[in-house]
Amino acid sequence: MLNIGIKKDEKGVLEVKIIERFEVAYYQYLNEESHLTHDFPALAHDIQSLLQLYRLMVLVRTMDTKAIALQRTGKLGTYPSTRGQEAVFVGVGHAMQKNDIYVPYYRDMGTLIQRGVKLSQILLYWGGDERGNVFGNESNDFPFSVPVGSQPLHAVGAAYAMKYKKEKGAVVSMCGDGATSQGDFYEAMNVAGMWKLPVVFIICNNQWAISVPRDQQTATPTLAQKSIAAGFIGEQVDGNDIIAVQHRTVEALKSAREKGEPRLLEMVCYRQHDHTTADDASRYEPKDRREQEWKKEPVARLRHYLEQQNAWSEKQEELLRAECALEVDEAVKEYQGMPSQPLESMFDYLYAQLPKAYSEQRHMLKEMEEDLRHA
Amino acid sequence: MPEITLVEAVTQALAYEMQNDPNVVVMGEDVGKDGGVFRATQGLLDKFGSQRVLDTPLAESMIGGMAVGMAIRGLKPVAEFQFMGFIYPAMDQIINHAARIRNRTRGRLTCPVVFRAPFGAGIHAPEHHSESTEALFAHIPGLRVVIPSSPRRAYGLLLAAIRDPDPVIFLEPSRLYRFAKQEVNDDGNALPLDVCFTLRTGQDVTLVTWGAMVKETLAAADKLNDEGVSAEVIDVATIKPLDIETILASVEKTGRCIIIHEAPLTGGVGADIVALVAERALFTLKAPPVRVTGFDTIVPYARMEKYYIPSEKKIMNAVHRLMEFT
Repeated sequence: MLNIGIKKDEKGVLEVKIIERFEVAYYQYLNEESHLTHDFPALAHDIQSLLQLYRLMVLVRTMDTKAIALQRTGKLGTYPSTRGQEAVFVGVGHAMQKNDIYVPYYRDMGTLIQRGVKLSQILLYWGGDERGNVFGNESNDFPFSVPVGSQPLHAVGAAYAMKYKKEKGAVVSMCGDGATSQGDFYEAMNVAGMWKLPVVFIICNNQWAISVPRDQQTATPTLAQKSIAAGFIGEQVDGNDIIAVQHRTVEALKSAREKGEPRLLEMVCYRQHDHTTADDASRYEPKDRREQEWKKEPVARLRHYLEQQNAWSEKQEELLRAECALEVDEAVKEYQGMPSQPLESMFDYLYAQLPKAYSEQRHMLKEMEEDLRHA
Repeated sequence: MPEITLVEAVTQALAYEMQNDPNVVVMGEDVGKDGGVFRATQGLLDKFGSQRVLDTPLAESMIGGMAVGMAIRGLKPVAEFQFMGFIYPAMDQIINHAARIRNRTRGRLTCPVVFRAPFGAGIHAPEHHSESTEALFAHIPGLRVVIPSSPRRAYGLLLAAIRDPDPVIFLEPSRLYRFAKQEVNDDGNALPLDVCFTLRTGQDVTLVTWGAMVKETLAAADKLNDEGVSAEVIDVATIKPLDIETILASVEKTGRCIIIHEAPLTGGVGADIVALVAERALFTLKAPPVRVTGFDTIVPYARMEKYYIPSEKKIMNAVHRLMEFT
């Protein structure tokens, strides 16, 4: 609690009237020792769903490791790892319904694959091909967003359209901890609260914005409390506990869909890799920090719990890893087998119809394609 | 048919298209009850309700970004920025998102948004209310930049802008908002985008302009006519993409070309037109193509602004110089 320095008189009566008080809740259902805390949701005993979540987290981690290896060997562009943050993305994706809309930032795999995006498309995007943003034919989800913190505004626009058209569903906006320092982040929350829009803002607080740590972004003890100024609930969630991530997101979405009450969820986790493959965190990350944080990492935490429930064995683990490796290999093959786009495609999606003013440039490029490709 | 002003023609086009298409939504600061600081959205709130006429909080980036999200999800937002000088917080949203979403998703998602803003000097407004920075937008692939210069063109071009499936920056010359009235048929007929309008035909010199400068240019052409110089006046109207064919056809006829804009000289759209004329019609020219523009200065405050705006005299002087070449 902030000490606002209010004095009491001799009788213990406050000298000024307090007109508002604020609280921020913290949610954790599966603790660091993989034991359930109190008030846990039904998901904690829904072994089938937990096995599904576990499988997705392992798949994402396998894919992530592969993506880094591909970049290191020149087969992929700069890539932002999701290592250590799997529970956030997988849990959020699992909580969403088909008619919801997802507005991601650039770091994600776990939500996207549950939204129908193929692993090969994610590779395609990071491999430098616009078609990685096409997602599925049916998809209404927004593409990767690189300008940090700009996309929560798209989420509120989409939520406004949803409300206007009386569509069922809600919008999920995802960003990192650094994005919370952007004006757009506040502007988005401000209108969401004011117009009562069906939107859930999620912060994947992985403690780092490239090299700048969380405590150099803001003086507030939580990022969850950033919603208070916008007039709605903010919660802090253990982002290494997939049960909490999934359940709090389900609840927030319910509130957004049914009551038009937006929510902010701060998922506290840790970035277990450099910012991207172009970064070297050893320049700024304290030496033992990553190792310390690894003790809380989400994949092992759920596995230990499943083992305690006799729902998981070493044999199953081996099988799953092999299965994921195979799926990843297939995705890599598909990605590498994608032929390049024709060069003139750089003109073909600028406008619904290319204005005459640019047709000569397009023609010139097309004429030169052969030469350019073999230069 | 009653005669209306340019700003009334804007309102009329908005009302027509809101009636015509339930997905058209107007948003911006003070556009609701107040009807906009220039009254461009007057009466729309009463007619269409607060779901479609959104008085937004005072945050320009939010207006830009939210309109992007709305447009991607099937609405057709017409977002007003109160003055061009206040558009800049939304530049990230306009350049990085509105202009790019179609390309980034290979056509899966599109952004049919119109960003309206009054622009230009000459209305004795405080600082930051008199900018002409259209060239900033003309530089951005994926955008259209449309500028009307009469009530009829304001009506027809705004309808076209709203119906266009891509983002349009629609800049309204505030100096002309109430300058002249014209009969405007409220028939819902749009005018074509991406083409110049030849306002006056002539044989001796081509005057290329847009926005508020159309006023001084037409006045200069009148006086030149009295002197026996026949000027062709072209209102570019859509400065991006540029209809260079119409300009070239005229220049090939007259052999002389002057581009007139209120915006500063350096990096202005006039530079592009001169370059294209030189590249494609150099040997049909009798004289070098020149520009008559605002200075490379900050627009001065109200007391000096009239000395900044290119005058009729300045245009005529340029024509006189060019007429010396035969």
